[in-house]
Order: sequence, then structure tokens, then C-alpha cells
Amino acid sequence: MRRGALTMGKNSRGGTETVERFLDSTLESVDSAEELAVQEAEKAGVPEDDLHKIAMSVRESMVNAVVHGNRYNAHKKVRLSVSKGPREFVVKIADEGDGFDYEHLPDPLAQENLLRHSGRGIFLIKAFMDEFQVRRLDPAGTEVTLVKYLVSN
Amino acid sequence: MSVKLSTRQVGDVSVVDVAGRITLGEGSSALRDTLRDMVGKGQKKILLNLGDVSYIDSSGIGELVSGFTTVTNQGGQLKLLNLTKRVKDLLQITKLYTVFDVHDDEAGAVRSFA
Repeated sequence: MRRGALTMGKNSRGGTETVERFLDSTLESVDSAEELAVQEAEKAGVPEDDLHKIAMSVRESMVNAVVHGNRYNAHKKVRLSVSKGPREFVVKIADEGDGFDYEHLPDPLAQENLLRHSGRGIFLIKAFMDEFQVRRLDPAGTEVTLVKYLVSN
Repeated sequence: MSVKLSTRQVGDVSVVDVAGRITLGEGSSALRDTLRDMVGKGQKKILLNLGDVSYIDSSGIGELVSGFTTVTNQGGQLKLLNLTKRVKDLLQITKLYTVFDVHDDEAGAVRSFA
């Protein structure tokens, strides 16, 4: 088991295999989540170029969860689940934070925002993944879902 | 070690060779510290060689932009050299490719500083 991670194990249901972990709110967790997602994506046969897109999208989502959601709080965890279905590779990342206004994020491509230091993470995830969803959790927290379609040869 | 930065002088241009990952944490803060240090020393012609950068995230992009703004505000110039395809793609997606002066050839890049 990785340090700072509780492994929930693997389960298979309806042709979908899922790996789930609860991670500490640290930057080390960002690296280990990215590593795990890439390993699983490789196993799922995701092509090299898409591996990098998944890696980056998981990294950006994990940073949002650890830094902006849980604010490095040692008592809060990030739930990571990585699933491989017959047609898609899905990563879900959930934090225990206060949430954010997804509908009203500033456009990083707007002229007045081009030279801003931050605000590009979600834009890049949307550019790199086939689907991106954000869900408010009850009673608190945000879950993002990242989907990459698996192209059969 | 996530990132390695080394600085050398070519004429009056300071070239920073960056290798590894510019991501949130050690990588992006090392780049920020190096650029701040150079600006603090009055260096106004800075060429960032990103040829050996394997990975850059949104935080790394943020540091490039902040570095560019800081150097420009001090009356200097910050240019980029040897972008990998991934870094180039990222700068294009984020519409920053045209903000930076990007070069593929070091000698030409050095000459381009006024």
C-alpha cells in the first residue's frame, strides 16, 4: 500500500473494473493519483498521446481537490476511482471542500485573462478529455468525472 | 528531483536551461525563484530553454506567464527556446503561443534580443 493511501481494492461489475483509493490532501497524492491513473489507462490500452492527456487532467483535478477543495486539510480525504469499461476509461475525483461555481469560471482565453497566473486547469481538462462533469456532493464536497473514450482497433 | 535549472551567459543574454517537470510544488517554485533572482540582479534579457522539459501543468504555465510579466514590467524581455511538441500544444491551446517570442535556434534567439 502506498504511504498515505487507503486502498479500497478492486471490484468488477458488468464488465467494468474499478480501482478506488482514499488519498491524503497532499501534493504527494497528486503524483500517486496521476501514476495510478496512467498505469490503469496503459492496461486499458489507451494510446500514448491520450495517456498524457489523462495524466494532465488527473493532475489538474487532484490539485483542485487537494489545494482548492480540501485546502491541504489533514482531516479531509480525496476519493479517487479509476474504472475501465468496455468503451470508456473513467476517473472520478471527489473532495470534501466547499465547492466552486463551475458555471461562472472566468474564460482563460479572454484577452483580459490571458496573462493571469492561474485559472487554466479546468479549461485544459475540458480540452483533453472526451467528457467532463462536475457534481456537488451531499453534505459537502465536489466530484469531477473525467471520461476518455476507448477506440477499438 | 522534479526540475533542474541551470543558468549560463551568452553575450548579454542569460540562458536558463530547464530540464524535467514544471508542475505545482518544487518545479514551479524553482522556476519562479530563478526568474525572480535574475530580475533582482538586473538581468533583462532572459532566454528560457525548455528543450528538456518533459511535463508542464497549468501551474507551470502560470509561472511562465508570471515570469514573462515580471521581466516585461522591469523593462526586460523573456523569450522561449526549443519547445517540445507538448509544451507548444499547451501554449497554443491556451492562446499563449503568440504572447511569447518563441525560437527554435539558440543563436538566432540570442541575436533577436534588441
